[in-house]
Amino acid sequence: MTPRAEELAQEVILDWVRPGCSVLELGCRDGELLSRLVQDRGIKAQGIETDGLHVHSCVQKGLNVLHEPVEEGLTDYGNGAFDYAIFNESLQRVVKKPDLVLRDALRVADKVIVRFSNFAHYRARWQILLQGKTPVTPSLPYAWYDTPNLHFLSIADFYGYCAARAIAVERAAFIGEKRAIRISPNLFAMSGLFLLSEGSEMAGKVRGKTGEVN
Amino acid sequence: MVRQIVEDAKSESGLSTVQTKYFTFAMPPEELLLDCGEKLGPITVAYETYGSLNKEKSNAILILHAFSGDAHAAGWHEGASSPGWWDEMIGPGRAFDTDKYFVICSNVLGGCSGTTGPSSIDPRTGKPFGIDFPSISIPDMVQVQSGLLDHLGIEKLLSVAGGSMGGQQVLEWVVSFPQRLRSAIAIATAAKHSPQQIAFNEVGRQAIMADPNWQDGQFYDSEPPAKGLSVARMIGHITYMSDTSMSKKFGRRTGSNGKTRPFGNGFEVEEYLHHKGLTFVDRFDANSYLYITRAIDDYDASRGGGLAEALRGLEARILVLSFKSDWLYPSHQSQEIIRGCKKAGVDVTCCEISSTYGHDAFLLEVAEQTKLVSHFLERTDELKDIQ
Repeated sequence: MTPRAEELAQEVILDWVRPGCSVLELGCRDGELLSRLVQDRGIKAQGIETDGLHVHSCVQKGLNVLHEPVEEGLTDYGNGAFDYAIFNESLQRVVKKPDLVLRDALRVADKVIVRFSNFAHYRARWQILLQGKTPVTPSLPYAWYDTPNLHFLSIADFYGYCAARAIAVERAAFIGEKRAIRISPNLFAMSGLFLLSEGSEMAGKVRGKTGEVN
Repeated sequence: MVRQIVEDAKSESGLSTVQTKYFTFAMPPEELLLDCGEKLGPITVAYETYGSLNKEKSNAILILHAFSGDAHAAGWHEGASSPGWWDEMIGPGRAFDTDKYFVICSNVLGGCSGTTGPSSIDPRTGKPFGIDFPSISIPDMVQVQSGLLDHLGIEKLLSVAGGSMGGQQVLEWVVSFPQRLRSAIAIATAAKHSPQQIAFNEVGRQAIMADPNWQDGQFYDSEPPAKGLSVARMIGHITYMSDTSMSKKFGRRTGSNGKTRPFGNGFEVEEYLHHKGLTFVDRFDANSYLYITRAIDDYDASRGGGLAEALRGLEARILVLSFKSDWLYPSHQSQEIIRGCKKAGVDVTCCEISSTYGHDAFLLEVAEQTKLVSHFLERTDELKDIQ
């Protein structure tokens, strides 16, 4: 991601998180997002991170962080233990079973924020369709042999998944290389951000919209 | 030459000469009521302090030693050839920075380095207690430390920290005196001992009691059970190291004089264990070994129930550290503590540090522990001002 896109995505998340809430970030890397949330939003933060060096950075930033696999991280928390759980590109990257983990996150937190790279961006489509190559784009900048990503999904995929699981999409935002994307995000957005909650009413509305996102 | 090396090492150490101090309390008839139901008093506590207590008395950190440790955690005793057992972690600019914090360490109840224990004189008989000393527990040790804090006029600690048995005391502080803590650092420890840990301790105890010199614990007028105690210590040292650290340290190299021993092959690892066993006898009491290992094995921070219940409502922050190659206190035991914290909604940080040193890592992996501990303490200190 470009620094500008990264900044835009952070702003979206900062905007969505209510001040003073409790936030669990799964796969929080060096704790950059969490510490911004602490500073700007006065949240109570807890991170989970597998990489030891990242854990050190988080502790250096004064964050509470657990050095453990994200998969095992949620199990012991009680229902509604946090106001928010955040997967900032980690659902595609570190979670082996995203379906199970995401649903467990919805149990542990009232709302879940998911951000992921969009595999159906027009540049990716172009590379697959015309060049016959696995796409390499600013939001998916890796070659097939060194990618940290375990899962590749599109914005349309994610809408479809939420509808199938009756997960309510309360808000969605889409980021391009340098600006927010409003039209045809599945084609033009580098990454998508979703504010999710458990519930069936909203899910119905979203289901009606899935056709438009392409 | 040796003197020069010692002087150089001293100048590197922030803390110079330190002295052990003593405090006596629980004078009859106000003896301390122990877990076992018996009363004990008077109790003398050996302790050391480093750095200075601030005006608000809010910068105190209590260090809790492991099984064979003592009150001398840092700095140098007059004429000593080595510093305190955690000197690399405690001093100016170190993890427990004595420029900022007032650091306290005391010898545990039941110990043999200045605090009342089985080798102390029983005031009723005028002779050492031996096995007439009452059973002691980790909670009893912590009660005594709490008495020391009262004496020092410290209401609330910035932190408590310790590894191994020291970590068990940390957990006990969290469970018994949560209101006296702002944070707690539990290193390479367990909420309760596994059968494997108990088994190793039991072999150590049996080795001591099988030594004819042990004489039901009344050996103070004669030869101590040196053979038994040294075998116990040898077993201990095996469990403190890892397969890798032993291979690195000794390989299959042989020393010079080992073959004179019956069946001895003179392997360096054998020599090392003999040496560790023999030197231990000079500084440790066989009965303290029995009492303290018993207390470690019996301890259960969760009191037989769930750890989460014991931790619920805790306001102190917790840092839990474990080491990859530590098979005596493996990381999954730290994970059990973390699970309790999660269920109880406690602010918690944990890190599994890469190390090949085995259980000894908590004494040897200074650089990583320093980074984690110093930042954790800094943050705890900042939060104190916010609250």
